[in-house]
Amino acid sequence: MTIAATIDAAPTELVPGRGGGGPAPTRIVVAYGFWIFLLSDFIMFSGLFAAYAVLSSNTAGGPTGRDLFNLHNVFIETMCLLVSSYTCGLGAFSAERRRPDLFFVFAALTFVLGAAFLFIEIREFAGMVGAGAGPSRSAFLSAFFTLVGMHGAHVTSGLLWLAYMAAQVAGKGLRPNVLRRLVCWSLFWHALDIIWIGVITMVYLMGAR
Amino acid sequence: MLGRLTWSAIPFGEPIALYTGVVVIVVILAVLGLITVKGWWPYLWREWITSVDHKRIGVMYFVLGLIMLLRGFADAIMMRSQQAIAVGNAQGYLPPDHYDQIFSAHGTIMIFFVAMPFVIGLINFVMPLQLGVRDVAFPVLNSVSFWLTAAAVLLINVSLVVGNFGRIGWMGYPPLSELAYSPDVGPDYYLWSLQISGIGTLLTGVNFVTTILKLRAPGMLYFRMPVFCWTALAASMLIVAAFPILTATFVMLLLDRYLGMHFFTNDAGGNQMMYVNLFWAWGHPEVYILILPMFGVFSEVIATFSGKALFSYRSMVLATLAICVLSFMVWLHHFFTMGAGADVNAFFGIMSAIIAVPTGVKVFNWLFTLFRGRVVYRMPVIWAIGFMVTFVIGGMTGVLLAVPPNDFILHNSTFLVAHFHNVIIGGVVFGAMAAYNYWFPKAFGFTLDERWGKVSFFCWLIGFYLAFVPLYVLGLMGMTRRLQHIPDPSWQPLLLVAEAGAIIILGGILAQVVQLYVSIRTREQRRDLTGDPWNGRTLEWATSSPPPAYNFAVLPRVETIDAFWEMKRKGLPHNQSPGAEPAYEPIELPRNSAIGFIIAFFAVIAGFAAIWHIWWLVLSGLLAIAVTILVFGWSENREREIPAAELARMERLSLGRSR
Repeated sequence: MTIAATIDAAPTELVPGRGGGGPAPTRIVVAYGFWIFLLSDFIMFSGLFAAYAVLSSNTAGGPTGRDLFNLHNVFIETMCLLVSSYTCGLGAFSAERRRPDLFFVFAALTFVLGAAFLFIEIREFAGMVGAGAGPSRSAFLSAFFTLVGMHGAHVTSGLLWLAYMAAQVAGKGLRPNVLRRLVCWSLFWHALDIIWIGVITMVYLMGAR
Repeated sequence: MLGRLTWSAIPFGEPIALYTGVVVIVVILAVLGLITVKGWWPYLWREWITSVDHKRIGVMYFVLGLIMLLRGFADAIMMRSQQAIAVGNAQGYLPPDHYDQIFSAHGTIMIFFVAMPFVIGLINFVMPLQLGVRDVAFPVLNSVSFWLTAAAVLLINVSLVVGNFGRIGWMGYPPLSELAYSPDVGPDYYLWSLQISGIGTLLTGVNFVTTILKLRAPGMLYFRMPVFCWTALAASMLIVAAFPILTATFVMLLLDRYLGMHFFTNDAGGNQMMYVNLFWAWGHPEVYILILPMFGVFSEVIATFSGKALFSYRSMVLATLAICVLSFMVWLHHFFTMGAGADVNAFFGIMSAIIAVPTGVKVFNWLFTLFRGRVVYRMPVIWAIGFMVTFVIGGMTGVLLAVPPNDFILHNSTFLVAHFHNVIIGGVVFGAMAAYNYWFPKAFGFTLDERWGKVSFFCWLIGFYLAFVPLYVLGLMGMTRRLQHIPDPSWQPLLLVAEAGAIIILGGILAQVVQLYVSIRTREQRRDLTGDPWNGRTLEWATSSPPPAYNFAVLPRVETIDAFWEMKRKGLPHNQSPGAEPAYEPIELPRNSAIGFIIAFFAVIAGFAAIWHIWWLVLSGLLAIAVTILVFGWSENREREIPAAELARMERLSLGRSR
């Protein structure tokens, strides 16, 4: 089929927000816009990943990933984050079912798991800096601390946002606008998992060989 | 307490910078004083500063770009003058240190604070109207984006008076921009300003993509969208996909400068070419972010003033999307001399040449639209024809540069300078001017003066060729760019011609100012009461001029491309049509919001404090931004409703005026 014929054969039904049926409802617009923002965040991370790939062997005579990485810790970190995504999903589900009590339980679990992840990461960073392997030691370590630290900064803001959302649910109840923000928050939290999968693969698993 | 900031930051020893700074401050104070004396603050605050109306924000972006055009042009004419006189034994009037700041400022300001505000302002103003909707997807975010851009403009211009501009070129290449070679605040002004405006631009891109994909009038299928909306979509997708790369790159350079990291340093394994690659992975899509919407402008203008539909709408759309994708595959042609090897250079050379194909498709489509059209020679289409001639020449010199062996000879020569001015002035500036003349009546309700418009156009056109054709020749003669002193006296005659060209362009800018002044003085005779002064084809002409805050009292129903043309042809009722009053329904509009202005205010403070290492102030500024966002996040009642009766009354009023 030619391109022109494909275009002519495109569906023309008028569904709101799709195929020209008029503006989409706010709920869709907000989540869609936030997705686009997350895509841009992924691209920002891809810049840092690229830098890490270029610089990972430039250790300037300093320690390498093999010397520094502890896969045992990384496994616990990963489990914390992945399970927190599961509890986040349950929390979002409870919110959709208008069960604030369950939402608070799962939000608290998510928060604790996220905080545990951060605690392990900060301990790892502190240990490395203490051992003279700080970010200014070599280009490899600059790239390592920036990439992993940027993910950690995202987790931190995710936790602060979660606390704020819990306050909103407590203060305002599960109203449509609060639910919309909760959807955005949970998209954000899941996106951090995707980034983290990239980080453990490229930084830790490939680096610890 | 004040970090690195001391009295030595004020350039008492540099009379040019100091006097300019004093004059700028006096002018700003005079303007603020006038506003205060006249009591305009409440009006400005209510109708503009806190406005979340896409039309108002679009106009503010455009005004910001015009003001910064004056600043960037002042830099340009200073450089041209220096090169015209600093030949042989003469040293000119600008010392190397100051000259380096000026060419860095010229490039940075022209790209980020002139061309980008023009493009984003135009999309803001036109796109929702063309799509037949009432605003962008996130109006308050739109205001935040604008004010962040304005904050960055303010911050980078503070460097005129406090500290200095970077001497690092507009790309800020390391290692020159690293702490070891630029310990001054110049690169920090550059980096923080561009980070702040970059966040604003990114949020705008997200906003526009969501608007175009999710908010369109009923029946506005993708292949019924005006070409300008297609190009706006392509440019916005490029913003979303390219600007984060710039953000990440600048984060790395900032970490090098502030925390002693080694991304791009000479020692400890840093890699400078990585910066250059990452910069242009953003930088090349960026040039298409600038030019694609202008292609859209020309498509609208040429179709309207030829009185016929655009030739081959679908090939125009496909060419736009092809350019959008290809723009990510050519970045290496900015540095063929890196030494990546023949295979890599050949790939990027071929990809670069291939971009000329979809661009050529567009040029032929415009020509065929004009062909046998009844062309009405008003200012927008005159700019468009000037563009077609000029841009084609610039495109062809670009194809010459895309051939790696040529590029090895011409890299960083004035041939390159001439090429990119050829496409940016011939494309983006001419496009912005065509759009300004075309949509001005929509924004303000009266047309612009044609006579002064023509003076301006011919000054720009002739001045452009006089200023840049000599640079092509000089580049072939071996002159490199950014020379503060000209070693070869045989170059001087051509440099004097270029100087004359720059002065003629100055005449063009002044003629534009006069055009605006004359048009405002004679506005009563040039009122556009129909809302459709050019016999337009797209939906923005279906509302009154200027449009009401809600754009369309009833969302239009779209059945074809060129929807408004079709409505007029079939005699279907649209907003101006007298007679039967439609059944109005209440409209929800977003309330005004000061959050953009407040966030930008604290962003300026935090950015300035970061540049001067005043850490307590950085933290306070960031904390204030966080609190602002949290308070806004808690607020309710962000919309106001216009009841149907009120709507009917306003519509009757505007229809009564037009009859």
